Amino acid sequence: MNEQFEPKIVAFFCNWCTYTAADLAGVSRLKYAPNVRVIRVMCSGRVDPQFVLDAFARGADGVLLGGCHPGDCHYAEGNYKTLRRMRMLERMLKGMGIYDGRFRLEWISGAEGDKVKTVINDMTKKVRALGPLDLPGHFRDWDKELEELEAHVNKDSKKAEATHAG
Amino acid sequence: MPDKPKVAFYWCASCGGCEEAVVDLAEDILKVVEAVDIVLWPVAMDFKKADVEARPDKSIVAAFINGAIRTSEQEEWARMLRRKCQVVVSFGACANSGGIPALANQFKTETILKYVYEDCPGLDNPGKVRPLVKSEDEGRTLTLPEMHGMVRALDQVIDVDYYLPGCPPTPKLIMAAVQALLSGKLPPKGTVLSPDIALCEECKRKDSKPVDLALTEFKRPHQVQIDPEKCLLAQGIVCMGPATRGGCEALCPGGNMACTGCFGPTSRVKDQGAKFVSSVFSNIVPKEEKEIDAVLDGIPDPIGTFYRYGLSKCLLRRKLN
Amino acid sequence: MDKTAQKVWNQAHQQANSGRRTVTIDPITRLEGHGKIEIFMNDQGNVDRAYLQIPELRGFEVFCQGRPSEDMPQLTSRICGVCPTAHHMAATKALDDLYGVECHPVGRKIRELVYNAFMLEDHALHVYILGGPDFIVGPDAPKELRNVVGVIGKVGLDVGKRVISMRRRIREIINYAGGKVIHPVMGLPGGVAKGIAASELPKLKEVAKDGLDFAKFTLQVFHDIVLKNDAYVKLITSDAFTHKTHYMGLVDKNNKVNFYDGDIRVVSPDGREQSRFPVQKYLEHISEHVEPWSYIKFPFLKKVGWNGFTEGNSSGIYAVAPMARLNAADGMATPEAQKAYEEYFKVLGGKPVHHTLANHWARVVEMLQAAERMVELLNDPEITGKEFRTIPTKTPKIGIGVVEAPRGTLIHQYETDERGLLHRVNLIVSTTNNSARIAMSVDKAAKGLIKDGKVNDGLLNMVEMAFRAYDPCFGCATHTLPGEMPLVVTLRDLKGDIIREIRR
Repeated sequence: MNEQFEPKIVAFFCNWCTYTAADLAGVSRLKYAPNVRVIRVMCSGRVDPQFVLDAFARGADGVLLGGCHPGDCHYAEGNYKTLRRMRMLERMLKGMGIYDGRFRLEWISGAEGDKVKTVINDMTKKVRALGPLDLPGHFRDWDKELEELEAHVNKDSKKAEATHAG
Repeated sequence: MPDKPKVAFYWCASCGGCEEAVVDLAEDILKVVEAVDIVLWPVAMDFKKADVEARPDKSIVAAFINGAIRTSEQEEWARMLRRKCQVVVSFGACANSGGIPALANQFKTETILKYVYEDCPGLDNPGKVRPLVKSEDEGRTLTLPEMHGMVRALDQVIDVDYYLPGCPPTPKLIMAAVQALLSGKLPPKGTVLSPDIALCEECKRKDSKPVDLALTEFKRPHQVQIDPEKCLLAQGIVCMGPATRGGCEALCPGGNMACTGCFGPTSRVKDQGAKFVSSVFSNIVPKEEKEIDAVLDGIPDPIGTFYRYGLSKCLLRRKLN
Repeated sequence: MDKTAQKVWNQAHQQANSGRRTVTIDPITRLEGHGKIEIFMNDQGNVDRAYLQIPELRGFEVFCQGRPSEDMPQLTSRICGVCPTAHHMAATKALDDLYGVECHPVGRKIRELVYNAFMLEDHALHVYILGGPDFIVGPDAPKELRNVVGVIGKVGLDVGKRVISMRRRIREIINYAGGKVIHPVMGLPGGVAKGIAASELPKLKEVAKDGLDFAKFTLQVFHDIVLKNDAYVKLITSDAFTHKTHYMGLVDKNNKVNFYDGDIRVVSPDGREQSRFPVQKYLEHISEHVEPWSYIKFPFLKKVGWNGFTEGNSSGIYAVAPMARLNAADGMATPEAQKAYEEYFKVLGGKPVHHTLANHWARVVEMLQAAERMVELLNDPEITGKEFRTIPTKTPKIGIGVVEAPRGTLIHQYETDERGLLHRVNLIVSTTNNSARIAMSVDKAAKGLIKDGKVNDGLLNMVEMAFRAYDPCFGCATHTLPGEMPLVVTLRDLKGDIIREIRR
């Protein structure tokens, strides 16, 4: 059987533009990859960089952030703040070994249902090619060195108590 | 006469600054020492591992453990102390979040070993000798602890009851923590023993911090003269104050340099570095990608700047390499 | 030792006389950092070899790569929280060199003030609290007194309080000028971050004056308690604690001891100048050797060569820190210190002095210079200048800085790109310079003291003294220490199984 890796992509879509566009894509019956889990936020500016890191830490292979085009933010400045923060976040992710398109910021207006489809398909294809990020799996692997010692220490300590009792 | 409560100090991958901070209690330390019985303090006293191992579990009231967990030996000590003590206080930035040694989490252990023992200038090591966990010298077997693959905070290895933040914690906070312990008036488990406010609140330069920072440039401290009165961020110098817990009363800004974040985050923040990005970078002026990038170029080492003391607690934990 | 323990000891002797065994001292205590000693015995019950092992590495030279070099004064100070100012200053000087900027004259005065204050308080800590017990009280004093309590008993509680209070006041100077005393923030290329206000000057001058009185007093204490005692003098000059190695220290242009700056000067075991060079040339002179049984490296003089753990003119092993500095220089830079220097060499029989325990005395001589320099600098009206930093303008590439830390010569080397971001770092950290000699001292002490299978209390103290004389970075500054010096001795048979564990 062909067990192809299917990436898990977490998407934060702003209510006024990108989420509306995703809705439009649905209503228009546009087919796109099912790998994206969408979280609706009122503004892309609501997305704290901590959310992005948390998503990766919990197993996301990719994180997509969709907001209104610059100048069109429902709250005037929100998406500019997003852009500024996320440009820095990208540098940070690179410093931690996560890049090559796993994190992506797109401006998608309410009428651009087609763009939602294109972006999601494109991102899914790229992340699939990159392979799983699987941070939880890495955490488990890295912590193996602790488990081994823990068992050893607990075994040894019982012995020590016996020798020094009294 | 009842026995004095027993207290232990131990250090893991530590610089010794936290121990010095205890010493800096100066005259106050007399009060502490009268009230407790110190049963472990390798820097100052000669109690051995076996002495601690011989004690019944939970017979030591409190252990103050500083330093990050970098080797198997440090891990072993941390686990052993957890069993022997009722309360474990994670003491200092290294124990709390990895500290500066945790910057090594951007590098593989192998990279470190290779540079130190093979590639560093001035080495005379043609045989590429490395320290080994087990080695033989003329028929004699010698052992060393193993370096872990990453640097960990104390609570990533054992259960921790309280946290004393800082690099190092200030004598004032240490004294308060010890007194709380001795009086039995302890806050809920897991509390960080320092005010739960951002550093900006305590900083003398607070009044000159603008509501809207409107940053157009980041300057590195050696490139400019630093005004000793004005908010450092307002001067374009990266200051971790907004994302850092107070309690030190802004010592570094008092020395006319920026806060570098050693007290860690407040309780409402999960990841200190990411939170700093969230707060400060929303306030730079440019709106175009290229101009934004030009401003960001003023911070050449984001990880080292935003996670200087807390890389072990970054949600990503270490670099993938 | 109590009767039960004594019985166990005796049993252990008998049992031990059959078969080889190892004795482990783990951990070494009353010093900065971690360490253990493994002592291997042969069939005759004599010591085959003793190894001092350092069991950890943090990797500063690697994890600083890619980072802005101006962060280094604060990053490297975390190598050691007892002498953070030493790293901070070496790093700051490396930055001066990196950017090709000369330190602003006022900034330099402030740096020197802070640096000498640091030398004074750190040396005081060791003389009274760490080295003190082994010296002021004596190595064969009852172990209950071989700690600061005993020191206070000898010199009085008032003196004890004076030490604590003096250290606190001196450290407040570093707090003021450097932001924090543990991990200061003042260092920047071309100067310092903060100036000294004229309004603070009277208070600072008073502390410096008291500091000098205190240093003189310390010398007097040393005279009265150590030098007037023949047994102690005999111990200091005994062979078990003597090694004839090379010696290294910083000297100014007149070949006088200087803690902050100068050229590196090395003298051979027979007192001749072996080399004199600016730190920029250190790689032509210093190389590092590696052993698989310790994480610490062993520096040696390249031009002499590595000849194993041996001493003498043909061994590249050298020593640093107070005794070495006094050997490598032609004198002290300040008058009271110079008087003490001359007396020191007169009593100990001329230059160079090879007796490791003389480090304690040399340290007191240095305290005088540190205090005198503080007074000089605070009497210089320029130190309260409103400007204290020159902004660098040149493109950085490579910078090397050196200071004399309390524990010895400290070298920082940084190589950066044109933006000042590090791509290579090399640090030769003070105690590391001594690592080979310390290993020899421990080996020699163990061999000299453990004979015919007798493992007894004297071993425990003397082997530790061999290490402690080099000024382990940290010591006790609390005011009660237990009389017991607990230690575990593990006796194993030929197979490595534990026969007995003895604790006192």
